Amino acid sequence: MRQLNWSPIQISSLVLVAIILVLTGCSTVPPRSDNEIPAKLTLEQLAPSDTKHQIDAYDPWEGFNRRVYKFNAKFDQYVFLPIVNGYTFITPAFVRTGVSNFYDNLEEIKNFVNSLLQLKGKKAAVTVGRFAVNSTFGVLGFIEAADSLGLKRQDEDFGQTLGHYGVGPGRYLVLPIFGPSTARDASGLVVDAVVYNLWISALVDEMNMDSSDEDRFKLVLAILDAIDERYKAAFRYYGTGSPFEYELVRMLYLDARRFKVNN
Amino acid sequence: MKKALTLFVFLIMTSLCHANTVPYDYPFVNPYEATVVGTPSLYQEPLPEKVPTRERSLTVFEDRKIPDVFWYHDKLRYALTRQSKMSPLIFVIAGTGSDHNSLKMKLLEKAFFNAGFHVISLPSPTFPNFIVTASTTGVPGDLREDSEDLYRVMELIWEKEKARLDVSEFYLTGYSLGGAQSAFIARIDEDRRLFNFSKVLMINPPVSLYNSMQILDRMLVDNIPGGLDNFSEFYDNTMAKFASVYEMNSDVSFDDDFLFAVYKRYPPREQGVKALIGFAFQLSSANMLFTSDVMSNSGFVVPKNRVLGPYESLTDYFKVSARAGFSKYFEYLFLPYFQSKDTGYTREKAIRGSSIQSIEGYLRRTEKIAMVTNEDDVILAPGEAEYLKEIFGSRAMFYPNGGHCGNMAHKDNVEFMIDFFSK
Repeated sequence: MRQLNWSPIQISSLVLVAIILVLTGCSTVPPRSDNEIPAKLTLEQLAPSDTKHQIDAYDPWEGFNRRVYKFNAKFDQYVFLPIVNGYTFITPAFVRTGVSNFYDNLEEIKNFVNSLLQLKGKKAAVTVGRFAVNSTFGVLGFIEAADSLGLKRQDEDFGQTLGHYGVGPGRYLVLPIFGPSTARDASGLVVDAVVYNLWISALVDEMNMDSSDEDRFKLVLAILDAIDERYKAAFRYYGTGSPFEYELVRMLYLDARRFKVNN
Repeated sequence: MKKALTLFVFLIMTSLCHANTVPYDYPFVNPYEATVVGTPSLYQEPLPEKVPTRERSLTVFEDRKIPDVFWYHDKLRYALTRQSKMSPLIFVIAGTGSDHNSLKMKLLEKAFFNAGFHVISLPSPTFPNFIVTASTTGVPGDLREDSEDLYRVMELIWEKEKARLDVSEFYLTGYSLGGAQSAFIARIDEDRRLFNFSKVLMINPPVSLYNSMQILDRMLVDNIPGGLDNFSEFYDNTMAKFASVYEMNSDVSFDDDFLFAVYKRYPPREQGVKALIGFAFQLSSANMLFTSDVMSNSGFVVPKNRVLGPYESLTDYFKVSARAGFSKYFEYLFLPYFQSKDTGYTREKAIRGSSIQSIEGYLRRTEKIAMVTNEDDVILAPGEAEYLKEIFGSRAMFYPNGGHCGNMAHKDNVEFMIDFFSK
């Protein structure tokens, strides 16, 4: 699962949204009526009490998380997807692919730093190789040239680095706009964002723009990045139609992260 | 002499051609593998990558109160793929538990649009969005009732879309459960005459929904070493395999080619493949039975009269629903529900109502319906393939292999479907 990259200002505004959502949140379970009749089929009838259920997760913030999940769905519906649809409408496919490649290339910094932090020399070397090939032969990263040379993308982030050194995922957390995460992965996101922004600043410095142009350039870069990330993700909220989508997404996210940490 | 030899060779060649012995080259002979992996692109009919499909929505019952827990199912969702000129319109019905945009529905949309038809794609009456917004009872499983619901939806869609559609004639098709429903809808339309379908194609239909569901119910339980209580282990192993193939390919989408890649990397044992089919079925039954329980307030897995909130945890209901399976749905929800409405409703009546045998006379008589399936379709109980051959006679097309819908995207299959409607 890929993540967006945000500046500290954007992150703090998201935290604010999150706090507002927490404060407006009230009890999750509505009052029960007196005339309830117990269900005909219960778990006790179907499975021994010590059964491990794959769907279980450490999710003490579930009430909050479910509210954010819904918020994200609405945000997607009214803001994100209309923008992405507009983007898809006005750009030809090869441009969109080029944009995706361009950001993938910029984000190699994340893969590189985290491979190093995990002392994975080969992954770090492959990442440097990819960056070199894609930035030159790939025309500033717009063309994915390294794949065909056998240099496959090494997806590493700070959440995985923490996991590599034994930090567990902690609580499941649905972040506004970003979506599924955990206490660990959300902290990782902040660290990766800081590194990424330092890197972008260093690159932009090279371009010798005046400071207002520089800020505007970075803003455009960040906005297009967000659009590109949403464009790439096929996921649609409530697209499975399953009443258990929240649970299923949670399970898949946690599993996917577990696999990523282990390799 | 040389001339004679040439003539001889020529004769042999032509006789071969006349015997029409071009072999069917769908690659999987194991029906379970076929069902899971589908058709690798090498064997697929080349179809346009994109067709102009638009998702649309509709309020079926104006006075229906949508429960808070299903707030996102505000309307019935379907899809329209429209031609710009006068064309036949084909309604396509999804299989058990599937939405109007499942992979197989996308395939059919492309194939029929490419053949020059308007396409309207409908979700299965067992799909939660349909149960919440368009099912009269909220309790799917009776072929006739569900087909009545579908017919109402088709009527409303036609009312809504007809101004912008130039239609020459109406066709109807569906795969799996949608195939069986197509036949019932055709039967309903014989009386109401709204569409006057000129052709109807049933693709891999069940004969008896009850039998097929029993088969699928057993598929997971019987094929996990140590039974369902060891599900976690099976799940972890499977996920690990999928994840590793996913990691190896930088640019993958979840389609038949991805499954084929997993298949090649980790040649599966039959037991594992069966368990996977069972798992997929278990998930869609869990969705169906929980949704149905809430909509009908049956007190099956949710306490009767309980009102679930929009942010309430459903994890515990999932655990029960995922283990219940279709058999328990039938015993604890479906049967009691219809018995409470009609005291003469028996188990036998219910099972018969879930079978195409209940319209056997019509299926024998009508010339407009054809049926295509495979000799080794895994949802057919012993004797049911023979039954289909007997009922449909020359209107039945059987492929030697392909499992349940595994070969739908194969070039021969797609050509057969298009030819059936076009000729």
